[in-house]
Amino acid sequence: MAPLSRDTLRDTLRDTVTDAILAVAPEADLDALPPGRPWREQIEIDSFDFLNILVDLEKRLGVSVPESDYHELETLQGLLDYLESRLAG
Amino acid sequence: MSEFHMPSLGADMESGTLVEWNVQPGDRVERGQIVCVVETQKGAIDVEIWESGIVERLAVEEGQKVPVGEVLAVIRGAGEEAGKETPAGQPTPAPVPDASGPGQRLRISPAARKRADELGLDPANLTGSGSDGSITLADVEQAAATPEPEPEAPAPQTPAGRPTAGHEAHAAMRQAIAAAMTRSKREIPHYYLGNTLCVEPALSWLAAYNGERSVAERLIFPVLQLRAVAMALQEVPALNGWFIDGTLRAAEGVHLGVAIALRGGGLVAPALHDADRLAPDAMMAALRDLLTRARQDRLRSSELTDAGLTVTNLGDLGVDSVQGVIYPPQVALVGFGRTAERPWVRDGQVVAAPCLQVSLAADHRVTDGAIGARFLARLTDLLTEPDRLWPP
Repeated sequence: MAPLSRDTLRDTLRDTVTDAILAVAPEADLDALPPGRPWREQIEIDSFDFLNILVDLEKRLGVSVPESDYHELETLQGLLDYLESRLAG
Repeated sequence: MSEFHMPSLGADMESGTLVEWNVQPGDRVERGQIVCVVETQKGAIDVEIWESGIVERLAVEEGQKVPVGEVLAVIRGAGEEAGKETPAGQPTPAPVPDASGPGQRLRISPAARKRADELGLDPANLTGSGSDGSITLADVEQAAATPEPEPEAPAPQTPAGRPTAGHEAHAAMRQAIAAAMTRSKREIPHYYLGNTLCVEPALSWLAAYNGERSVAERLIFPVLQLRAVAMALQEVPALNGWFIDGTLRAAEGVHLGVAIALRGGGLVAPALHDADRLAPDAMMAALRDLLTRARQDRLRSSELTDAGLTVTNLGDLGVDSVQGVIYPPQVALVGFGRTAERPWVRDGQVVAAPCLQVSLAADHRVTDGAIGARFLARLTDLLTEPDRLWPP
């Protein structure tokens, strides 16, 4: 596979994250979420849902998020940034 | 012979629709086995049987709605001969599949007979469409040809055999919640106690436990909360049980109701069995199983009846504190708010620390504030000294 450009990677990541969240909360409207705000409360993702989303993302992307990094995932923006840097690293 | 009845899956349940049989006459059943699926206001429930033996016969057909207590099946115990069933003790006549010949008894299901009575129809004039020619509830309804929408029809089925979680299902669940909560607020004199606690030690314990574990193997904080409640209940059993006939009936074992919000609305609080006896990983596995099945509409009958106290956690939704409504006939409810950084005084210094509020709503007919306070103090101790949660 040819290396993805930065923009393409970001789009792919966004789609993957969207899929993982919708698998748990099918009714969530992620486009309607105010960017930069904590996303979990707004679409009622409890700690169990969150764990399931991380398991799913680990399967899809091969990125395992240590618990000590959870604070970086509070906004969707932060989640995407975090995954992007992990994948780039 | 023993009878297997339509169980009461909650104080407000009057009837249920038998959606599916998992066993047939002649099958061996074991204690605890799921033998049928019953549709209730709380969704479709996998119903367990509590007696081992051989299924002698099924008394109710799929699709029939029958009252609580109705005989669903007759079970022959080990060593009993087939066909020795005595009809005595049956609350209502049930269809006898092997009756034949002239002068035979009319084959009609109990629910169909009841409905026919209500509608003023003579069952003898009805045509049966059941597997053995018996008259089913659907036949009665068809004959009545009422212009009303069919209220007793079985819920629409998904390919997997589960009713669709449609508008009607939600309306039914809303009704069940309304009935239970109205009863609670009408009958139960609640008193409320609350504590604020620093959960830094508990979170450190959790972080150390989860350490290098893969995401799928980690515990979540509610496991610690539930464990602490279970252990505190062991010491204060007066909060673990049901108020029945004017007195507390103590629960056998510590089975915690876990309040689970369903996406799209609604709430269930199935029992996490033996919460005081599970090691951390086993407790997480049991909780995962319960949450997953609750959201798939696959709860079991024992889970709807065994909880002696319910725990609700609204912290994930950003709530600071909970003033809970007790789920009758239980006598107490524990509520957890969210974990957030708060000013906390440690060694005379104000520091920022992760704190949360825990509350107890309890039934004043059964306990007084002193008992509730003892429980809450114990719960607080356990959550602030997490090494005591699973002592070696």
